[in-house]
Amino acid sequence: MKFTEEHEWLRVEGDVVVVGITSHAAEQLGDVVFVELPEEGTTVSKDDEVVVIESVKAASDILAPLDGEIVEVNTAIADNPGKVNDDPEGDAWFFKMKIEDMSDLDDYMDEAEYKDFIG
Amino acid sequence: METLDRTPLHGLHLDLGAKMVGFAGYDMPVQYRLGVLKEHLHTRAAAGLFDVSHMGQVILDGAAPEQLALALETLVPVDVAGLKEGRQRYALFTNDAGGIEDDLMIANRGDHLFLVVNAACKGADIARLRAGLEPQGVTVRPLTDRALLALQGPEAEAVLARLNPAVRDMRFMDVATVDLLGAECWISRSGYTGEDGFEISVPEAAAADLARALLKAPEVEPIGLGARDSLRLEAGLCLYGHDIDSTTSPAEAGLGWAIQKLRRAGGAREGGFPGADRILTELAQGAQRRRVGLRPEGRAPMREGVTLYAEAEGGAALGQVTSGGFGPSTGTPIAMGYVDAAYSTPGTMVYGELRGKRLPVEVVVMPFVTQTYKR
Repeated sequence: MKFTEEHEWLRVEGDVVVVGITSHAAEQLGDVVFVELPEEGTTVSKDDEVVVIESVKAASDILAPLDGEIVEVNTAIADNPGKVNDDPEGDAWFFKMKIEDMSDLDDYMDEAEYKDFIG
Repeated sequence: METLDRTPLHGLHLDLGAKMVGFAGYDMPVQYRLGVLKEHLHTRAAAGLFDVSHMGQVILDGAAPEQLALALETLVPVDVAGLKEGRQRYALFTNDAGGIEDDLMIANRGDHLFLVVNAACKGADIARLRAGLEPQGVTVRPLTDRALLALQGPEAEAVLARLNPAVRDMRFMDVATVDLLGAECWISRSGYTGEDGFEISVPEAAAADLARALLKAPEVEPIGLGARDSLRLEAGLCLYGHDIDSTTSPAEAGLGWAIQKLRRAGGAREGGFPGADRILTELAQGAQRRRVGLRPEGRAPMREGVTLYAEAEGGAALGQVTSGGFGPSTGTPIAMGYVDAAYSTPGTMVYGELRGKRLPVEVVVMPFVTQTYKR
């Protein structure tokens, strides 16, 4: 599993990368009440705003961590946004994307580095 | 960096694991371990304890009760002289332009009036009271040695009655002096959640013990400012500086109910407060814009600052959202804001622009939840 400075986790499953937010991020956000997901099939560039996530406190964006194509989105979290707080690093993934070059993932932190990052 | 003031319950908040934020110059709990959503729902289901000690508490005395009341009526458009002993009333400080400088509670406690004003406005309010009332022989005494707690929710009465059963006899907007754990408390049956409940002014030295005793009740959870905001929004209550401010008039804000007939055109004590010309004209003829309840049709919350339009495309702006978010009890996004009067009828569809898209919003009657005051 890899981690971004935007508090996303990235997990490789075959030829796709599954993206979600970390437990730390979910806790910081507070109770999530709204998630807007991208369309499947959307081509995205790194740092595009692809997901809107709103908690009781504020709205924030999730950025595409890599260049690629959104191949699947988790509609269960749009229907039940509270799942993001219940299981952020499991069932409450946000989207799956196909990327050109898996080696792009190497630029991101591993779990130990992420733990240091959030202190 | 500006240092933040602390309320007498600051240590308790830290003990309870609160997440603290700066608010109106105070280091205040925004949420405790339950989090905003569960704290909100718990208050509506059982009882919540809030520290609102940052608010200003002010006594007016030094003159006969009638004289105190008539003096205060020069600053607020409400009937103070007709407020009976042991009763409290909502009021507004207005300015010469007919805008609102703050909203407040006025209690008649026999030989004095007791005011509770917003934290962010209290310095200006005290200056306004001194300038306006001291020349009329009134003594203005800001209290700095009392905390203010709010116990809100359907179980509030049962919990507080264990400490003193006298509170059961109080009705909505009653005020009384009540002994709680040996401390002289000034209690009102009121609040800022839409629920039945009490606000308790307690000597600062007794505040933490009282709060801990109330929190020992199985029905009670500590509730932070986050849920305080969502509770008051669902209840349709204004937040000063957001839903009302120095540019919004009472009629625009839908607060005409707070201005009794006696202070209106043709009343026995008509006018005689700042901005009376505009305020009384608007109450009689209607305002150009109105504060309304807003119910976004989709699931996306519309927060403060979202611009409202009459049409899905084009056209001029109608107004703005002034408070908005997700209503934990309604399970939907809810908001309030200002629109042109022509669009203020409940059932009217307007559009809020969110991330470049105009989404449908219905103008609705507030409150969003049923108030459960004990009248």
